[in-house]
Amino acid sequence: MKSFKKVKLTRKLFLYGILILFSIIYLIPLFWMISTSLKPESQVMSVPVQWLPKPPQWRNYLDAVQSFPFFRYFSNTLLLTVLNVVGTIFSASLAAYGFSKLNWKGRDQLFYITIATMFIPSQVLIIPTYLLFTKLGWVNTYLPLFVPAFCGGGAFNIFLLRQFFVSIPDELLEAARIDGASEFRIYSQIILPLSKPVLFTVSIFTILFTWNDFFGPLLYLQDPSKWTLAVGLRSFQQQYTTTWSLLMAASTLSAIPLIIMYFLFQKRITSGFALSGSGK
Amino acid sequence: MSNTYKKSYIKKKRLKGYFFVAPWLIGLTLFVIGPIIASFILSFTSYDMINPPRWIGLTNYKILFTLDPTFWKALGNTFYYMFGSVFLKVLLGLVFAVLLNNAGKFMGIFRTIFFLPVVLPAVPVMFLWMMLFNPRSGLINQFLSFFGINGPLWLNSPVWSKPALIIMSLWGIGGIIVIFLAGLQGIPTELYEAAELDGANKFKIFWKITVPMLRPIIFFNFMTGLIGASQIFTEAYIMTGGGPLESTKFVNLLIYQLAFKDVRMGYASTIAVIMFLILIPMTLFLFKIYKNQTEL
Repeated sequence: MKSFKKVKLTRKLFLYGILILFSIIYLIPLFWMISTSLKPESQVMSVPVQWLPKPPQWRNYLDAVQSFPFFRYFSNTLLLTVLNVVGTIFSASLAAYGFSKLNWKGRDQLFYITIATMFIPSQVLIIPTYLLFTKLGWVNTYLPLFVPAFCGGGAFNIFLLRQFFVSIPDELLEAARIDGASEFRIYSQIILPLSKPVLFTVSIFTILFTWNDFFGPLLYLQDPSKWTLAVGLRSFQQQYTTTWSLLMAASTLSAIPLIIMYFLFQKRITSGFALSGSGK
Repeated sequence: MSNTYKKSYIKKKRLKGYFFVAPWLIGLTLFVIGPIIASFILSFTSYDMINPPRWIGLTNYKILFTLDPTFWKALGNTFYYMFGSVFLKVLLGLVFAVLLNNAGKFMGIFRTIFFLPVVLPAVPVMFLWMMLFNPRSGLINQFLSFFGINGPLWLNSPVWSKPALIIMSLWGIGGIIVIFLAGLQGIPTELYEAAELDGANKFKIFWKITVPMLRPIIFFNFMTGLIGASQIFTEAYIMTGGGPLESTKFVNLLIYQLAFKDVRMGYASTIAVIMFLILIPMTLFLFKIYKNQTEL
């Protein structure tokens, strides 16, 4: 009996030992980013490793935002993010309602096509889409970067919302229909308020995607005043190729909104990701 | 309810259905199905965006298959990265998820840490790893030298550049971990209890119960991971520019250079189509999984 307990204890110690070790490994890069952002440039590349800045250069943050139009890129990114969230929430939920609460010819077939497009290798979409936007004269505007969000907001979001809407009992809607409510009213006043959790998940995914998107802005935005943080930081890196401390300061600043969002809504974000993998 | 009334009611409902999916129908046509068809058509043309597209039949395909070693190099690089990254991510993701699942009340803390890199913005993360991979002053080689190991040149080495990108991709393993964790919580505990009563050890339980029970999720992660990793672009664009010696020239980087630098839209489309055809079995496989789980 005693030895059994001992085995259990060593097993627990082993388990936590491994997890703590890997947690440290996973945290070091982030720590390094922040630490570097506060170092005088002379300590950045030092051998042996200089773990902490001596003394911390808070000025780096001021210098970073002054050496490139950080706030402009920040607000551009924010604008695009808001537009994408609004467009996705609106159009994806409309489609999801059509796929779950209304019966019409071809509905199931169209939904199958929608599911199939969730996994389309997107290489094949890049060139024709670019040519389309060029023909429309939309290059060097924000239109290519947010109009698609208003056109369904992506198959995956429709799928997530539809799965949630299916779980809302039809009796609720029938009662409203008998009272003479229009379908749009039922959608906007019954379904949407009940769906806040999943709408939230979809918003988070959209925020993460828009904030991170590099390829879209790289392709469509030529005018530097229109750039987003991702593209702006790239150009900053090329101009100040040796100033890692400033680059890390700017990088940290661009990550802060996402880190705050993560710690505020961590449960929702991770469970949203888990949901995406279950296919349910 | 009279029959005619019912009919008009159904018709009205049908129209309403179309109204609700109209935005998506437009998006599906303009941004998905239209482009897929257009890519196939463009792949048979020569198009420089100045002159109208010229039909050249199978010429692009002939060039691709016989005269273009760069494409095959890029395809090889992409497969190397896809399978290397996804295999390790799924394997480690599963192991971490099982460990976390046994961590009791501390699970939340560890999950928070492992998932954090997933939400960090991609481009800054790449700058960060460029520093970590620095052959002389980077943390990784300084750590190795602590053990007397002379670390490789990482991003500056044609041999180590792809492994470096794979290692970086492992930092974003959190998404897979939480998917596996959700799957683990769905395994009935009686199965484990029965196995433990039978005296099975932890490894046996892992291989005989956990892995088989999670097989659908393992497959799902593997397939979505491969399709996702096949798109690798930004890492190479920012961190290596496709080098050294084209060792990180991936297919999407090649498509980008051909289409938007050389303006060879037709030929670039041919490569996109080939990539599409290679990956479409995985798409169909995933489609089947999802379709089966979505009772209509």
